[in-house]
This record gives sequence, C-alpha cells and structure tokens, in this order.
Amino acid sequence: MTGFPALAAVGLSGLLVRFGDTLSEPANRAALALRAAVEAEGWDGVEECATSLVSTFLRFDPLRLPLETLEAQVHTLLQSRDWYAEPLPQGRSLIRIPTVYGGAHGPQLEEAAAAAGVDTQTAVAELSSARTRVTTIGFAPGQPYLGTLPEHWNIPRQTSLTPNVPRGALVVAIRQLVLFSNPMPTGWRQIGLTAVQLFQPDAPEPFVLKPGDEVEFPAVSAERLAELQASQMGGATRETLP
Amino acid sequence: MTRSVIVHKPGPGVTMQDTGRPGFLAYGLSRGGAADRLALAEGAALLRQDEALPAIEMAGYGGTFAFTTPTRIALTGAPMRCTLDGEPLAWNASHAVAPGQLLEIGGVQAGVYGYLSIGGGIAVPPRLGGSGAHLAAGLGAVLTDGANLPLAPDSKSETGLCLTPTSRLDGGTLRILPSLQTDVFPPETRERFTYTEFTRDARGNRMGVRLVPPEEGFGLTEGQTILSEVIVTGDIQIPGDGAPYILLSECQTTGGYPRIGTVIPADLPKVAQTPPGAKLRFEFVTREAALQAETHYRKHLTGLRSQVRPRLRDPYDMPDLGAYTLISGAITGEE
Repeated sequence: MTGFPALAAVGLSGLLVRFGDTLSEPANRAALALRAAVEAEGWDGVEECATSLVSTFLRFDPLRLPLETLEAQVHTLLQSRDWYAEPLPQGRSLIRIPTVYGGAHGPQLEEAAAAAGVDTQTAVAELSSARTRVTTIGFAPGQPYLGTLPEHWNIPRQTSLTPNVPRGALVVAIRQLVLFSNPMPTGWRQIGLTAVQLFQPDAPEPFVLKPGDEVEFPAVSAERLAELQASQMGGATRETLP
Repeated sequence: MTRSVIVHKPGPGVTMQDTGRPGFLAYGLSRGGAADRLALAEGAALLRQDEALPAIEMAGYGGTFAFTTPTRIALTGAPMRCTLDGEPLAWNASHAVAPGQLLEIGGVQAGVYGYLSIGGGIAVPPRLGGSGAHLAAGLGAVLTDGANLPLAPDSKSETGLCLTPTSRLDGGTLRILPSLQTDVFPPETRERFTYTEFTRDARGNRMGVRLVPPEEGFGLTEGQTILSEVIVTGDIQIPGDGAPYILLSECQTTGGYPRIGTVIPADLPKVAQTPPGAKLRFEFVTREAALQAETHYRKHLTGLRSQVRPRLRDPYDMPDLGAYTLISGAITGEE
C-alpha cells in the first residue's frame, strides 16, 4: 500500500497513524497490532490509544511530549516490522449472540436480501452462520462494526435515515454489520434484533466486545429472544480464542 | 444529619458533572464532563477545593435547591437569576447557605451553562471513573424533581469570595487548527470559512452545537466519502447540509463526516457558552500559537486560586441596605 502507513496530527493533542484509505483486513489488523505495541511501549506523555477501522489514534499531552518527538518515536516503531503481517491481538474471544431475523425484529431483511441478490431464506442462512470480526468499536459506547461479509453484501446505505432503531438492533451495509448499543437513527438496514446490552456500566467488564473479537449471530425464535431479554447478556456466550 | 442537597423543579438540562471519564475512546465512550470546564475550575477555586469534584451543571435554567446542613456554594459559568430566600446572590462568587434556606436559580442571563459547585462536592460513587451524567451514552441522567444528592464533608468554611471570569459568553473568534480532512476542502472554501460570520443555531447540546452560515454552506461536492475515523472534542464537522457542527464533550467517538478544522482546547468553553443567535468566526492559527494558547490556558487554570479575592460588598448590590447600621455614635447636634 503506497503512502501508508501515514501520520497525521489530530488537533493539538492527537496523532493518527493510517494504514490505508479503504477498509481491508490487513490494514485493520495492522491498526490493532500498533495499538497493542504502543500500549506496551508505555511512552511518557501518551495518555490514550484507540483504533478506528484502519487507523490507530494516540492522544498525548503536547506540553509534555512534543508532536515531533512522538512522530519520531512512532516512525521508529513503524519501521520495526511489517504491520500488515502482524497477528491479531492476544486474548480475543468468540461471542455468539442469539438473533431474531426478519419480521418486526428485522423489518428491512427482505429489502437487504434483495439488494444482496439472494432470497430471504438464503440471507438468514448466510448471516446467521457468518463468522465476523469486530473491526472497531465506536460512535456509541461498546458499539461494534463487524466485518467482513461476502462480496454480494456490499450493499449501499439507505438514502434516508430510519428515525430510530432499538438497542440490540442488527443492521447491515457495505459488507459490514453494526450491532446497536443504544437506540438511534441510522442509514443502515435493520435485519434482526438481539437482546444483548453491549454497554453495562456497572458490570466488572462494562464492555462486552473489544476490537479483534469474533462474533456470530445464530438465529433464534422471537419467543426465545423474549426469554433472553431477562439477562443483560441476552443469551450471548463467550469462548476464548486460541 | 446527613449532608445533602435536595433539588426541586430543575430545568430540563440540569445534570451532575465533573471532569469526565478519559481513557475509554477505544470502547466508543467519549470523555464527557462539564461542557464548560473553565467554569468548573472557577467554582472549585472559589471553594478552594479540587476541580475534579462533581458539581451541578445547569443548561439555560436552574431550579430550587435546599441543603440539610450549613453548606458553602459557588456560582460560576453563565450567570442566572439567583436568590437565597428571595435576596439576590452574586454570580462568580461563593456564599454560605443555611439549612432551611431556599436557593432559587432561574433563567440564564448570558451564555448557556451555569454551575452550582458545593463545598466538599457531591458524594455519588463514580461509575467508570466519573460521577457525571453522560446523556448520549445513557450513563446517568438529568436531575429530576426531588433528587436528593449526598454531599461529602467540607473541611473548609471560607465564603464571600469572588473572581472575575474570562469573557466567553457572547461568541467571538474561535482559534482553530487543521483537522484530518481540512485539505479535502478546496482552498477557496477554506478561505471563505475563515471570513464568514456564523450564527449559533438553536440546535445545540452537550454533544455539540450547530452554526448557521449567512448564505452558502460549506459542504463538499457529493461522492467524497470519508472512511470513519477518530473524532476529538472541538472538531468542526461539515455534514450534508453544509452547516458546521462543533463537537463538544459528549460527542461520538468516530465519524464519517469531513472535518474542516478543530477548535483549540482553550476556546472550547467559549463554544459551549455561546448562546443561540450569537455570532462566531473561525481563525486558523499555527501549531506554535495553539501551543502557546494551551500553555497560557493551563497557567490560567492553575492560577485561578490566586485570583480569588474577598468580595467587597457594593452598596448597589445591597437591597437590604436599610437593615445595616451605617453610622453609629453620631450626635444629633441638639445635645
């Protein structure tokens, strides 16, 4: 990838390292690996590190650590290896989240399936068996972007916004899924509903998912989902990935 | 008796706020905290206590507050109509309140966010390292009628102090640095952006404020999609309608709208406090100038305590003037 990784200042106290200008699996993996490496370095003056789809963000104190010094440190770290060939971070989980597809729980399933060129039954079979990965958490607390679905799911967002989808809504567009952690408007199509609460502020682990985790959305009945609503985890199970 | 403050009939935007919850960007949670951090620091300086202690933020309108024990308070940020048992109270000052007295805080007179800081601070157990409400994240909520907030012990007793706040309540010029997509905007658009006078829209909250340009907007031509990237407080998004939207403490953590610039941290209190209808302009500054501004801002924050002074009562502020014995021991001349 020519021109990448590239550094860019973000306001007064941020530095962004971009590994690409489109979503790709190696660039996403590179961003996650760099974040782990930056946290391991423990540089004085770096206050926080986070990733987006294909970039790593460092928040720092510009009066303690000049931007030029941080850029030099990051540059040296970038030179030390091929980030696009780095493995995924340690300590990842596979989370299975029971999902009701279609009907009132996924009012745009048929529309999304048509856009992807498959019938509804095939769509549910594909989506409920897909192993997706959390490419980034963002926009709202604990809310994952998940990739990447097969090429025929490269469907555009709607031209207008759905005024409000509920918490737990599973939506699809551009080969990605998003699982909503709070009710909000969206331009993505709602295909299903889950009962998981991704942000549990009073739990020992407030965030159910982290970047790099893998997620499946097995299909369950509406009756089963109603039972699962009783728990914050909504029937989601976790297993540690090697 | 348990120390507490009881809130009656608060306005719709009254919340508990502190300095926020840094460190959760990777999990999609923005820092949050007081919309006007400077006002929080001013309140803490007036009470000579830690800036991180939670206070009450009031957007546009306060409410009625009662205290169960003798309590020190400080009023900072946007000045609001305020009385204690019907007698006017000065803003940007600290006061003593006795149990049974009613502190009534009404509508805002300038700016947007007023702050009621309390001696000892509000003693609510922190969640994820902070006690403030993060409304966008569903963490905490606005205070409602009858809310009873426990207070921490107050080791100090001094009141009657005041300070002169930094002017920030009526718009003006905001200093900005380039943002991630500044170069995506054509040079003529960027130039027009810096000589346009914007009006702060009625739409604004703790997530951000919308500005309205007088004529043409600043939207990019269609088809230029931006890959979702990190957002920082102060970023100026240009959504499809071309009207700038400045992101504040409860902003989302990532976004795909192009950003034309970023307001420097020292000017964020001004963004939060600019009321609807007031005018704002933007001025690109060099990184060096922004660093100087940041140094100055931090010095100002740490120096607030030394700027606090005893409040000399101005006779014009004393509606109860007649109750004072102004001259005693004078003779009538008829002895």
